[in-house]
Amino acid sequence: MDLSYGPEYEAFRAEVRAFIAAHKDKAPRAGRGVTAGKAHKAVREWQGLLIENGYAARNIPKQYGGYGAPVDILKRVIIEEEFNSAGVSRGVGGQGPEMLVPTLLEHGTEEQKQRYIGPTIRGEMIWCQGYSEPGSGSDLASVQTRAVADGDDFLLTGQKIWTTTAHESQMMFGLFRTEAEASKHAGLSYLLVPMDTPGIEVRPLETMTGDTEFNEVFFTEARVPQTSIVGQRGEGWKIANATLTHERNMLASAAVLDGGLRNLVRLMEKERVNGGRVMDSPVLRDRLLRLQSRVMAMKYHSMRMLTARLKGEFPGVSALVTKLTGCEVSHQLNALGIDALGELGTLYEGSPRERDGGRWQSQHMFTLGLIIGGGTAQIQKNIISERGLGMPREPKPQARA
Amino acid sequence: MDFALSEEQELLASTLRRYLDEECPITRVRELVADAAGNDGGTWKALCELGIAGLLIPEEFGGSELGLLDAAVAAECLAWGGAPAPFLGTAVMAPVALCEAGSPEQRARWLPGLASGSTRVGVAANELASRRDGAGVEVRDGRLHGTALMVEGGPDANFFLVPTEAGTRLAWVDAQADGVTCKRLTTIDRTRGFAELHFDATPVADWLGGEGGARRATQRMLDAGRVILAADILGASERTLELAVAYAMQRKQFERIIGSFQAVKHMCAEMVAELEPARSLVWYAAHAFDHVPEEATVTALHAKAHLSEIGPFIVRTATEVHGGIGFTDEQNLHYWFKRVGVDRQLLGAPEALREQAAREQGWIE
Ligand SMILES: Cc1cc2nc3c(=O)[nH]c(=O)nc-3n(C[C@H](O)[C@H](O)[C@H](O)COP(=O)(O)OP(=O)(O)OC[C@H]3O[C@@H](n4cnc5c(N)ncnc54)[C@H](O)[C@@H]3O)c2cc1C
Repeated sequence: MDLSYGPEYEAFRAEVRAFIAAHKDKAPRAGRGVTAGKAHKAVREWQGLLIENGYAARNIPKQYGGYGAPVDILKRVIIEEEFNSAGVSRGVGGQGPEMLVPTLLEHGTEEQKQRYIGPTIRGEMIWCQGYSEPGSGSDLASVQTRAVADGDDFLLTGQKIWTTTAHESQMMFGLFRTEAEASKHAGLSYLLVPMDTPGIEVRPLETMTGDTEFNEVFFTEARVPQTSIVGQRGEGWKIANATLTHERNMLASAAVLDGGLRNLVRLMEKERVNGGRVMDSPVLRDRLLRLQSRVMAMKYHSMRMLTARLKGEFPGVSALVTKLTGCEVSHQLNALGIDALGELGTLYEGSPRERDGGRWQSQHMFTLGLIIGGGTAQIQKNIISERGLGMPREPKPQARA
Repeated sequence: MDFALSEEQELLASTLRRYLDEECPITRVRELVADAAGNDGGTWKALCELGIAGLLIPEEFGGSELGLLDAAVAAECLAWGGAPAPFLGTAVMAPVALCEAGSPEQRARWLPGLASGSTRVGVAANELASRRDGAGVEVRDGRLHGTALMVEGGPDANFFLVPTEAGTRLAWVDAQADGVTCKRLTTIDRTRGFAELHFDATPVADWLGGEGGARRATQRMLDAGRVILAADILGASERTLELAVAYAMQRKQFERIIGSFQAVKHMCAEMVAELEPARSLVWYAAHAFDHVPEEATVTALHAKAHLSEIGPFIVRTATEVHGGIGFTDEQNLHYWFKRVGVDRQLLGAPEALREQAAREQGWIE
């Protein structure tokens, strides 16, 4: 192990700090920041500046629009730490840059990389993930939406659901059944689909938070060229799973946990009840510190996982627990935020006396959504015990005599 | 020994559940609460016709003179239905305070209106448990000055009951009196209304218990309120458990019903394993309120604290059993999730209540 920040790294840290100090007034404020398939202008401009200086798309090759630096874990960590502690936007995120781009780098054709990676990392092209269907959630391999070959094209027919940001996206990456005859897992292909294709209809669904984050997407003989496929026909399951691994890392991001913890500390220092600071309540403070232990563990865990990934090793069961544990910690951080506010923590939708825009409540609910989305906690536990610990699968129920 | 609900209590529960199921199912609640002004479509009136408002009020004033266990049974049912009803303040805390501290004239003046449901009371008790800087109501020259937060039923109340001077005095205030401002607060729970009150030299219609004589009434009112909130959490969590089990029996993944996976069965089993002992605790606390006075405060504190811990676990787990659909607005599960989330914070959060219970038992100063 070598975690020393030698002089080179201290110099790098100083550079990052100087950049942030010089430019942070240009950084967009938190928020969704997406309209009609593109990130807002301010977000895109900020992202451009970040890429130019190597603080976003850092390791993406130059020919695809990235900064093209060789991978250096300590530098990544330093960037993350400095941006987080300054509370400054990391630019464009989401399913495009964090899930599709790594998948394309691994499995895409040269033409696909050229065409999609640049606009995606610049925030000019927003993506949604079309996996789940009404009858296929945990059992993802059972998706039914068909892609029927027709000349040089596929005709897509069926329905997706829970498609986050589909109503704001220009493109979808998704799983479609191309091989009607093949077995469940072997019949799927991974396709890239423009959302303005005739025959695609998007119906937003409101979530329990009151926002419309996800959608139903209906396909009626929507026509896309066969060249929209990533990998080969029938390889969709393998490729989708690669994407899901990236998703699970994204959902449980240690940087997000770290940011959440900082906000919580600020809240507990600022908020007062019964004549004292919430931070002075020993029980609430103890909960905060327990969470701090867990957030620290997740942060160093992510450094360890990153190291393994960059060395091309599979870290085994330790990698499989990230989503389960990370999402739980995130949910608990927000639960403590609500408790720190007490009765005022219940206020919502712009009520008088609401704190932090009701964010502790909306994030408390949203993180429950994350515990379910991207493979539920129960499915994660199955994966951990079966793939990680080598335990046998649950037997199928016996056929009735 | 007979630790069970009576036939009458069972009947009350089944009557209420049937009424809510038929006349005010959650789909109807949804329509009603979309109206930000708090119009309940006659639900409270109809519930009052079933006797809900007068449960704790003596017969001579038009009530049915029952005990807190009966009220807890009703509260559980109302929460089970997600009903928009100002039960806590109007049907429980205000009647308890009046019965404990009101003079014969004061009782005769206010209890009949409460029993019929025409009088609605917002009880400004939040500051007894959780006082924000600048909040709190004080008395100067016999008039009220100050601010009270999170008054349940406040927006639709025609009277307010305001504890002052650390709960030693209880002021009964006309909502239309001089210097009263009532501002609606919006919480995650749309089924109940909350308000912030300001008093600026507001005259008091009646002092209950006279000068400094309301300490016990205030404590009784808080004990009762906490038991009722515990019952509310019980009913709301119970409903989400029922919905989760029903969904698990019907939803299929991997060619089998998800209820056949041990993971799902265990989630349901854990929920019920927390819920059922908690139900017994709520019943006992409600019983103790009327029949074991020396245990009333401690059991009320524990009931509220404990239900505030297991309730959130149950509503969260029930949501997980539903998968993605549990996270949607249209599934309606979140009405109970949010109701429990608000109950947890009212009249004292669990940590504070446990601290109080330690003090009550003489374990700490
Ligand atoms: C906030 C959010 C965002 C989402 N965004 C997207 C998106 O952008 N794109 C997309 O494609 N999908 C998205 N999803 C869908 C998500 O991936 C699914 O909801 C999830 O995989 C669960 O599927 P389901 O909802 O059908 O639940 P089900 O699979 O029906 O699960 C119901 C319950 O059964 C349990 N269960 C099922 N099978 C088993 C088993 N074998 N063993 C033990 N327990 C089991 C589950 O754990 C759960 O508790 C999102 C979901 C959420 C909540």
